[in-house]
Amino acid sequence: MLAFIIRRLLQSIMVMLAVGFIAFSLFNFVGDPVSLMLPPEATAADREEVRKSLGLDEPFYIQFAKFVGNALQGNFGISLRLGRPVSQLLIERLPATLELAMTAALIGLFVGIPMGVYTALRRHSVTSKILLTGSLIGVSLPNFLIGIFLILIFAVWLGVLPSFGRGDVTHIGLWSTGFLTISGLKALVLPAVTLGLFPVTLIMRLVRSEMLEVLRTDYIKFARARGLTNRSVHFGHALKNTLVPVITITGLQLGGLIAFAIITETVFQWPGMGLLFIQAVQFADIPVMAAYLCLIGLIFVVINLLVDMLYYTVDPRLRISRAAAGGH
Amino acid sequence: MNKHSALARFLDGDIWWSFKQNKLVMIAAVAALLCLFASAFAPLVAPHNPFDLKTLNLLDAFTPPSWTAAGKSQFLLGTDDQGRDILSTIMYGSRVSLVVGICAVLLSMLIGITLGLISGYVGGSLDAFIMRVADIQLSFPAILIALLIDGVARVALPKGMHDQVAVYVLIFAIAASGWVQYARTVRGSTLVERNKEYVQAARVIGRKPLAIMFTHVLPNVTGPVMVLATLHVGTAIITEATLSFLGVGVPPTQPSLGTLIRIGNDFLFSGEWWITVFPGGALVVLVLSINVLGDWLRDALNPKLR
Repeated sequence: MLAFIIRRLLQSIMVMLAVGFIAFSLFNFVGDPVSLMLPPEATAADREEVRKSLGLDEPFYIQFAKFVGNALQGNFGISLRLGRPVSQLLIERLPATLELAMTAALIGLFVGIPMGVYTALRRHSVTSKILLTGSLIGVSLPNFLIGIFLILIFAVWLGVLPSFGRGDVTHIGLWSTGFLTISGLKALVLPAVTLGLFPVTLIMRLVRSEMLEVLRTDYIKFARARGLTNRSVHFGHALKNTLVPVITITGLQLGGLIAFAIITETVFQWPGMGLLFIQAVQFADIPVMAAYLCLIGLIFVVINLLVDMLYYTVDPRLRISRAAAGGH
Repeated sequence: MNKHSALARFLDGDIWWSFKQNKLVMIAAVAALLCLFASAFAPLVAPHNPFDLKTLNLLDAFTPPSWTAAGKSQFLLGTDDQGRDILSTIMYGSRVSLVVGICAVLLSMLIGITLGLISGYVGGSLDAFIMRVADIQLSFPAILIALLIDGVARVALPKGMHDQVAVYVLIFAIAASGWVQYARTVRGSTLVERNKEYVQAARVIGRKPLAIMFTHVLPNVTGPVMVLATLHVGTAIITEATLSFLGVGVPPTQPSLGTLIRIGNDFLFSGEWWITVFPGGALVVLVLSINVLGDWLRDALNPKLR
């Protein structure tokens, strides 16, 4: 167990170093940091001064080590577009994105699981077929288009929900939340539904196929033979066993949701990290791009690591196959 | 083996039969062909040329679709903010979308198949390295990687130059975000083929590894790749539309469907819904029909499902 954790941890550190290296090269080679920081009328002596102060005259590996050191302390420099420290900007925007992604994941679980169970138990009903076809169409549609159509229907034509921004937010320490005000909750509905549609279809399909598989197993037949009610067999025995993969997949999806939030946030002008990133791309704001890249990389690596370890503890079969495949 | 007999064999074969059995697939094929035709011959069939500034009249701007009260008969689906006919911009736009999508898939295939062949045939630490990179890339969403490559190119290239090469950058970004699937599939099949007798025979007569990979192994591993590619075209078109919608895709001088939707999005609130809805609908029809065809092809070519 310990060896496995250490190996995965080393792997994660390697991935983070690779991501950090990309961010670092973005910073130092793609854009010229000296001309980014100086006014155009600066002299050659000024440029040399700045080069020295930034440590650009030092060898490459020392520069990279310094970059990693700064990144570990959360220091990514100053946004070129907004003129404020990048870490501060990201911390301000983080709650908005996390609240959006969390709500979308919860919608995925609470809508997807019942739909999955229903389509598995009533396989041939008309509703099941509609749900399955609908989910196929939902997956083929580009996410931003769903957002636009929702805005058109609920904000423009019906005028019942706001289409941009977060509404009123309450500040609790560093965290700003939209959960506590009516306008904040109303503003959350459309973006969260847009972002949640993909996890809903994914979880529904996953639960359905897992349920169908479990319902065929011997212990379900045995439970029926014991004379348990349908309700107890379906929900007490079958559903319980499908939930482990569902929860891990949802966990894995959380990183994807935070990344996909870029699109949803642009459609709804949701003031989160994704909107900050896309504006940084449009304005070639390299420090923000680099920092966002590192943060997203970190989120993905941590989620993957946790899910791997969870699998390892939950599923004993994995330990054997890992040990067998460990040689390669 | 003349052409006629090949056609006759195709019409008599399983794939054509399964095509005729499935109404949804036939509808999708008609829709896809229609989109393909309308975009390929856009200069001939489009009612207006939306990029010919001489024919544009700002007085025509924001004309609603022709069946509404304020509509004009010459603009079937209405006009946008510059008086361009929506139907024509959709035809020209889906042209850009299709070209970018298909080119991206071809480039992605080229990268993925080459790396997969090398990885599977050569093996060893090279294989381990390529698959490691593939694993890492697979743990990030494709759209994020495409966005990143596009963003880097935006910073690296001088401003004026970027607009000219934006389409190529976009194709490369989408291709680079999708090669992993091809590489994995090809590597898997290559590992199987590598030990077969015909490969050993080729090695014995002294053919070079590269020649063996591309002339002997490649033809035997392309089957599954074709199915992947069909489904990938749909994904690539969505990725392109998404990037263009986010404002980092093709420049507005060469609007794709995504750019058109982005333009229309600004007028959603002033009631000009048709500028967004029709390009959006076109995108949905295009992607949906390609996906239905890809799904069907996967099932039709899979002997286990027959």
